[in-house]
Amino acid sequence: MAARAEALVNEVLLDVRGVSKRFGGFTALDGVDLVVKPGERLGLIGPNGSGKSTLVNCITGALRNEEGSIHFEGTDVSAQPPHRRIRLGLARSFQIPKPFSSMSVLDNLRIPLLYAARQHERIARDRISDVAMDILRQVGLADKADAMSGGLTQVDMRKLELARAVAAKPKLLISDEAMAGLSTSEVDEILALLTSLNRQGIAIIMIEHIMRAVMKFSERLAVLVAGRKIADGDPQTVASSAEVVKAYLGE
Amino acid sequence: MSNKLFAAVAFAIAVAIAAGSQLIGNEYFFTATYTVLQFIILATAWNILGGYTGYVNFGTAAFFATGAYTAVALYNAFHAPLIIMIVAGTVAAGLVGLAVGYLTLRLRGVFFAIATLALAVVLYTFVVNWDYVGGARGAYILQPREIPLGLPRYIHVLYIAMVFMCAFALVVARAIETSTLGRGLAAIRDDELAAECSGVPTLRLKIFSATVSGALMGMAGTTLPYYLSYVEPSSAFSLSYAVNSIAMPLIGGMMSWLGPLIGAVLLGTIQQIVQVTVSSAWNLLIVGVLLVLFVTLAPNGIMGWFDAWLRARRRS
Amino acid sequence: MEFSAALLVSAIVAGLLLGGFYAAVSVGISISFGMLDVVNIAHPAFIILGSYIAYIVNDRFGFDPILVSVVLSPVFFALGMALYRIYYLAFERRGQESLRGLAFFFGVLFITEVSLVLVFGVDYRLVQTGYSEITWRFGEIDVPMRLAVPFAVSVAMVAGVQSFLTRTFFGRAVLAVAQDQLALRLMGVNPFRVKELAFALSIATAGVAGALLIVIQPVQPSIGREYIGLVFAVCVLGGMGSIWGTLIGAFVLGIAESFTSTFFGPSWAPAVSFGLLLATLAFRPTGLFGR
Repeated sequence: MAARAEALVNEVLLDVRGVSKRFGGFTALDGVDLVVKPGERLGLIGPNGSGKSTLVNCITGALRNEEGSIHFEGTDVSAQPPHRRIRLGLARSFQIPKPFSSMSVLDNLRIPLLYAARQHERIARDRISDVAMDILRQVGLADKADAMSGGLTQVDMRKLELARAVAAKPKLLISDEAMAGLSTSEVDEILALLTSLNRQGIAIIMIEHIMRAVMKFSERLAVLVAGRKIADGDPQTVASSAEVVKAYLGE
Repeated sequence: MSNKLFAAVAFAIAVAIAAGSQLIGNEYFFTATYTVLQFIILATAWNILGGYTGYVNFGTAAFFATGAYTAVALYNAFHAPLIIMIVAGTVAAGLVGLAVGYLTLRLRGVFFAIATLALAVVLYTFVVNWDYVGGARGAYILQPREIPLGLPRYIHVLYIAMVFMCAFALVVARAIETSTLGRGLAAIRDDELAAECSGVPTLRLKIFSATVSGALMGMAGTTLPYYLSYVEPSSAFSLSYAVNSIAMPLIGGMMSWLGPLIGAVLLGTIQQIVQVTVSSAWNLLIVGVLLVLFVTLAPNGIMGWFDAWLRARRRS
Repeated sequence: MEFSAALLVSAIVAGLLLGGFYAAVSVGISISFGMLDVVNIAHPAFIILGSYIAYIVNDRFGFDPILVSVVLSPVFFALGMALYRIYYLAFERRGQESLRGLAFFFGVLFITEVSLVLVFGVDYRLVQTGYSEITWRFGEIDVPMRLAVPFAVSVAMVAGVQSFLTRTFFGRAVLAVAQDQLALRLMGVNPFRVKELAFALSIATAGVAGALLIVIQPVQPSIGREYIGLVFAVCVLGGMGSIWGTLIGAFVLGIAESFTSTFFGPSWAPAVSFGLLLATLAFRPTGLFGR
């Protein structure tokens, strides 16, 4: 209770402290600290293999960190399975889209609406389709509502990933390389989407390699290299720091 | 169609079939169709965990035999009436499903499948060594002399019980399929991690699915003792149950309650014919070959063909 | 029953001899399941097939079954390649391997067993070798040749597979494909060919293991199914994908079965491997050596 009160007073949404994750002999994350405030736009960058996805997996519960703790809105979620964390409002999209391929686009959204959103927001059963359509309109997939989710284009799959995360009515959304491999205009589409979601009050952690998007979007920038956070602060300052530039030589 | 309406229709059809069967003069009819009815229940049950949830169960025989041997044990204890055998056998098999599910459904689907195989062998070994239910020698069960409802022979009673159990299994399957629970199971089947991260309590749903599936499979086995009058382990645990309960939903279509029904009727009838005209070994070979052919070439089964045909028609 | 030191040592010796054989039976699964992530539950079907081929040749021409199986291993190798191709095209490529791939292999297992029943019937078959009847005696301990020869061949085969995997280029590619397919591709190695080769190797070992089996005991078609629990138990116990782990897991299982058979009776033996498998899966799924 005290922790919650403290969190609310200090306005901390996500509090990752000293998180470490090992795979056999390999240390993927080494004492990572990260704080996200409500409504914040945090950019997270790092070379391939630096542990970004592992960090996301630990935060959302897909993986268990060996050391450290994860608090969401003051509650310790370190031991909770993913389905509990998302019900608290911690959502993510997957780097490689994982649609429910036997279902239509609309039905894909029913799952988080029925299982996550309804936990803290009573949506009447007959209204679920309407709510889902609203979200589809927001991401630009309304005309594909009845299409089978397995046959979508790459950019539409990324949008569906984000739509599914949004359907859970999150307070924090982790967008894991949603723009990877997309064309310039497609990147702008996703960027516009994330920006509008943020304007609705959803805090967003954007994990990307596309620097122009990250710089444009982020209020704060954190850098992960070889499982350690080496920088965290104002985007311009961080991006031009010597250490970060060195880590990215060749990128 | 709402589930209540479906249940009413299914029940009505069951009554009609039960009544209609009394007009058939050929006694062989009851034996032949009993097997098909058994397969309908087994295929439908298997599909709840297999087709709906995406977890393959190779140990159908374990659950089926649990139902059968619970019935045998109750018969030996106090000549329990059929209805008690059915309820107890169903519950027992459900508990087995719950236990195995709880222990192994945290692991990958592959390990669950192997565990079910292991389960069948372990239970078989226990039964073989348990003299109370006859062990390897088998147990003799005498059909009651008093036949309820004024029916001519006891097999008619068993047949009617099976018809109603079929209807029950189909109603349960459809109810699950069309419910929120069913959507959750489908999400687990399509992508378990994404489902979990979308708020679906995957472990709980999987265990529920395994329990219901196991219970219904056990239910199918509860009439076996009275039907055969003699139950022994190697036939109660026959591999034919495993292969058929997988092949029938696969061939019929795993996405809905209709698929296992179609598969069971089709494959069951073929097997009855082959068994009578050729031999039971060829019979099993045909099922095995059809299983491999369908899973490789037509993985969505007959219902899949039908759906594809419908979609093609809609487009043109 | 008298409990004596001799009985105990006999049980241990028999367990070790059996364990070596179990390693040969399971090394294929270590590769196909442990390293390639292909759930080939039809593996025992190829073992039994190997047994029956050894039986036919032994029955007709009197050749030693183990020699025959080694000579015929290229046939099993080719069979393995063909099977992997079908599996890859129909399932792995489409991402359907969990449900449908599993059902596929189960179907293959089933078809093999039923076909063997149709051709050979359900009677037990055995082979005649020069050494089947010989038993060496060490004090009070019996070492039957029908166990010792397969043991020696098993250990040789497992050691050979381990050598291949750690010392040859292609062998190391197999170990690598289990961990990082992208890196392999960047090195110019085609992951598909590597997996195809590895899977073919696993089936080849099954063929040889089949000949060893029929030297140890009479064989009938349904025995294959009893070995499913065994090979997966060994593989899981040993921690998946480690040949040394497989060897140790096999010895553990061999001794456990031998003890059960000696002190509780042979009718409980099948429950041992499957029971051990269930227990391992339920309580320590990462195996004895945990990762």
